[in-house]
Parts: sequence; structure tokens; C-alpha cells
Amino acid sequence: MPVEAADTLAAKDLVGIARLTPGEIQLILDTAEEFLEIARRPIKKVPTLRGRTVVNLFMEPSTRTRFSFEVAEKRLSADTLNFSASGSSVSKGETLIDTARNLMAMAPDFIVMRHPDSGAPHRLAALVPASIINGGDGINEHPTQALLDAFTMRKHLGHLDGLKVVIAGDIRHSRVARSNAFLLTKMGAEVRFAAPASLMPVAVDAIGVTPFYRLEPALEDADVVMMLRIQRERQGNMNFPSVREYFDFFGLTPERLKAAAPHALVMHPGPINRGVEIDSRVADGRRSVILEQVTNGVAIRMAVLYLLAGGHGE
Amino acid sequence: MGAEHAPVTGRVQVLDQDGMARTIARMAAEIRERDGDQIMLVGIHTRGVPLAERIAGILEAEAGHPIQVGRLDISLYRDDVGPWRSAQSQPVLKDTMLPESIDGEIIYLVDDVLFTGRTVRAALDTLVDYGRPRAVRLVVLIDRGHRELPIAADIVGKTVPTARSEDVQVHFREIDGDDGIWIGKETTHAG
Repeated sequence: MPVEAADTLAAKDLVGIARLTPGEIQLILDTAEEFLEIARRPIKKVPTLRGRTVVNLFMEPSTRTRFSFEVAEKRLSADTLNFSASGSSVSKGETLIDTARNLMAMAPDFIVMRHPDSGAPHRLAALVPASIINGGDGINEHPTQALLDAFTMRKHLGHLDGLKVVIAGDIRHSRVARSNAFLLTKMGAEVRFAAPASLMPVAVDAIGVTPFYRLEPALEDADVVMMLRIQRERQGNMNFPSVREYFDFFGLTPERLKAAAPHALVMHPGPINRGVEIDSRVADGRRSVILEQVTNGVAIRMAVLYLLAGGHGE
Repeated sequence: MGAEHAPVTGRVQVLDQDGMARTIARMAAEIRERDGDQIMLVGIHTRGVPLAERIAGILEAEAGHPIQVGRLDISLYRDDVGPWRSAQSQPVLKDTMLPESIDGEIIYLVDDVLFTGRTVRAALDTLVDYGRPRAVRLVVLIDRGHRELPIAADIVGKTVPTARSEDVQVHFREIDGDDGIWIGKETTHAG
């Protein structure tokens, strides 16, 4: 059964999927539907956020997410400021508060934030009047990614409830997996995590997810197969013997994909590592919607900015 | 029609189903008289959309060929959204569907009620982002006065003097289940 969309987002910020209601998720997805059309116009710009300022505060490397937010902001006519910090030289707690003070002196309306520490956007949200949008915090959440993934699924499969979604790879270090698990379970989908034990977080059943320690059984009848990159930058030492061996057991090949439903979508938040978690024939294959995810990401981010720019629940 | 008008108590019908049909037929005739049938109709959400479709239906029956009809959502171009403005929550977005190209076309922008003129201003700004029409004309079923911008309609179904506090309710069976126009104090649908 379809979830009824909320009238408005209750919070001034989007820090994570965990705090959203199903109705709010529905509202964001429905709103993004109309923003998709703007990319097909001769003039890909609307005046909605004219005179509003967005600070893009990226304390961690990002190309795709930062570009996607920037395109979304520009298409809404907001003024954008890009702030990239090399967080390594300064003590992180102080940096965040000092940065917040400096930023507020410029009176931004939105701060899009990526930070290596989990919970950093939540902290900033409590400190400043601007709307904080989490662009990825540590290993906690990446809400706009989960929203664009759900949007892509809904576009192809028509609904979210009842879908069998496999998320495979480096789950333990993945904020994308967490946000997706929160979102999909709230919307009535069945989520399966597939990873070697060393990359599986503990107690995933507590958030309503079924763990699989081999890829094949997880793929059975799956509607969506989402592959994740091995995040070497978040791992002190490797949690598996070699990349070759990882691919042998957890790489998505055309043969393995046969176990999934015939209409199954192949997704990846990018950047993809060909031959590590995904075979090129699958990544470039007919079921892959990986590049469409990028397009949809702009519409989702426009929708979030648009909705947060409105009034907030009392 | 006098400009002075005492506020009505309760709800008064301005046009019934037949009156509405006759008015729309006359509006279609005026459009044909002015520009022929090589035109494009663009309805402004919500009730400009069924109105544009009905006018197109009448013109098509006469012309014997399809008339292009589009629909426009003006929410992103409004001047009253955001926490710094009057609206408390963002308007729910509806679809904008225009023909492939509007360049060089004569476009009739269609809305149910002309009031402050702000919707029309937003609609004009929306349109020009899609191309450069040869001309844009404005068609409204009801002109209720109280303009806040220098905007006038080219074709008007009926001019209805109103008090600012009154509410003009236009019903289309496609949306509301019945046809008819009322003036009243209720605030079910603000024009």
C-alpha cells in the first residue's frame, strides 16, 4: 500500500533517514519527480532560491556528491560557497565549532556538509540556525544517497514496499548501506546485507535487516542488487586476503546475477571498482542504472533544498 | 457591472453548469476569431488545466485537427514561498507539460480566476524559460478584480465584482465532481 506524503518536513535539517517518517520520505520522492523535468528544459534553472546562500562544507574528499549538490543549488538559483577543509591539521571538535562560527558570520541559509566524523552534522545542526543537509558523515548516514536510490527503484519498479533489496560489499564502513537500510525498511521493503563476516556490522537484525555471509543465497529473487565499494580508506588493514579473492566470492558477475529476478536492477553509489565488487559486463549491462542514479541525485537534492526552504513544523 | 459590491452572506451562485458551458463556448469562439486555430493552450494548475482542455475540445471540433494543450506549474516561480515569505509550507509541485517547442507559437495562457495577477506574472516567467513564443495571451473564466500588478486578460468569461475577503469557488467536474461558480465566505478554494 502506498504511503501518504506528509505536507512538510518537520525538522529544519536533513541529518539522516533515521529521523524521517515514511510520509516525509514519500514527500521528498514525490517532489523530486517534478524536479527531474527541469533537466530537460532549454533553461535548466528556476528562481526558487534566488538570494539564498548555500555553503558546501566538505571536510572529506567528494566529487560526485559535491557536484550533484552544486548542480542542484545552481538550478534553484541559490548562491553557493564552497568550503573544503583539510581536517587533519586541527583538532576536530574545535574545528567544527570554530568553523560553524565563521560560517554563520556569512549568514548562509543552508550548509551542505560532509564530515569524516559520524554525528558531526547533528552537532552543527544544534549550533546554527541554518538548515544542515548531511552529505555523508563518517560511517553513519548519507541520506540523500538513500533517497536517490529509492527514487531510482521506484521509477523502475513502481513501488518500494515488498521489494527484495540486496546490499552487498563493505557494509561495515558504509553510510550508504545504513541510510538505505533505514529508508527501505521504513517503506516496507525487505533488506538483505551480503558481506564477508569481517565487513558485516554486528546486530543488523536489530534494524530489520537479514545478514548473508555469501552472495548467492542473498541474490535469490532479488528485485534490486546494490553493490558497494570496498572503502580501503576507512580500513586500517584489509579485512579479506586479497582483492582477487574478494571478487571470487563477492563480485557481481553475470552468472551470479541470474539468481536475481529477471527484472532486477543493478545499482552502485559509485565510484565503481571494476573487477573488485562488480564485473564490467554487469556494470555496463542492460540492468545497470548506475548512471541514472547520478541524474536522479540532482532531482533529489533539489527537492530537499526546496522543501527545507519552506516553513518548518512548529 | 458596478465596481462597488457589498459582501455576500453565505454562498451565491454566479454561473450554473449550463451558464459555464455557454461561457466557455463563447471564450473559444473569441479565441478563434482573434487568432484562428493555429494556437497553443496552456492551462495553469489546478483549474486552468481542465478549462484549457475544454476550450481545446471546442476548437478541435471546429478545426478538425488537434489543438496542442500544455499545463504549467508555477510553484517554483511564486513570490510568496519560503520561511521568509507568507506561505508556511512549500506548495506541492505538480507537473509541467509543454509541447516540444513553444518558440514562435501563439500561446493562450488559461486560468480559472484572475485576482491579484501574481499567478500570471509567475506563469509568464515560467513560460519564457521554455522558449520564445510569438505572443502570449491571457484567458480567464472569472475576473474578480483586485489586481496588484499591471496585468489584464485578453479574453474574460465573466467579470465578477467581489470584496477582497470573499472567495470565488470554481468547480470543474474533472476535479470537483460538478460544474459551477460561486462567491462565498468559505475558503475551500482561493482563486
